[in-house]
Amino acid sequence: MIALRFIIVGGDFDRAGTASSETKKILKQLNIDPKVVKRTVVALYEGEVNIAAHAFRGVVNISVSDHQIQAILEDEGPGIDDISRAMLEGFSTASPKVREMGFGAGMGLPNMKKNADELLVESIPGEGTTVKMIFEF
Amino acid sequence: MKIEKIIQLLEAKILCGHHRINDDINNAFSSDLMSDVLTLDSENILLITGLANVQIIRTAEVAEIHYLVIVRNKKVSKDIVELATALNMVLIESPYSMFKASGILYSNGLIPIY
Repeated sequence: MIALRFIIVGGDFDRAGTASSETKKILKQLNIDPKVVKRTVVALYEGEVNIAAHAFRGVVNISVSDHQIQAILEDEGPGIDDISRAMLEGFSTASPKVREMGFGAGMGLPNMKKNADELLVESIPGEGTTVKMIFEF
Repeated sequence: MKIEKIIQLLEAKILCGHHRINDDINNAFSSDLMSDVLTLDSENILLITGLANVQIIRTAEVAEIHYLVIVRNKKVSKDIVELATALNMVLIESPYSMFKASGILYSNGLIPIY
């Protein structure tokens, strides 16, 4: 079992993506199927961008076992009022700044769902959001 | 199409990845929306974008895209070039608009991914 932990700072778009980048390097070193690596890091990156775009701060915990990668992204932030709406493609509450960077089209959570084998989103409005993803291999 | 030919067709300047100018690619995708790029299943493609921020490199990294053209004469910072260099990417700047760059490459045989 390998465990990785990253801190994400809300609003810091210069560093958003570094957790996915580091995770990608390690998964490659572990000789995990490149298709699984891509699915994992794309979904993880979407999650990182979400934290940078919406939350004050967040923590990403990755664990890799013999047959699966588990990613838990926990943030402190405004939370999500209506998770089923947030899962709809095209629904977004992103700021103009986030949109200028090429995100905020309401595609992040749907794309995480597409890439992960399991996705669980829990949120307490006003406190924060936890996203758990599992990738099997 | 060889990277060298893309550079020539777009009157472009290569910023990093000079050693890969003989690499051959068949497909391209034009977008300023990184969320769209992240939904692509294709790899080994050319990404044509008008954005010039660090997230285009991060997006390309996770999406397994190694060739990027920045259009509309947008200039990327030194940090972005350094990151792209470290990731072994080819980064190209063209003065052409996205429409013009895409049109030229399409008419010269580069294939859309869908």
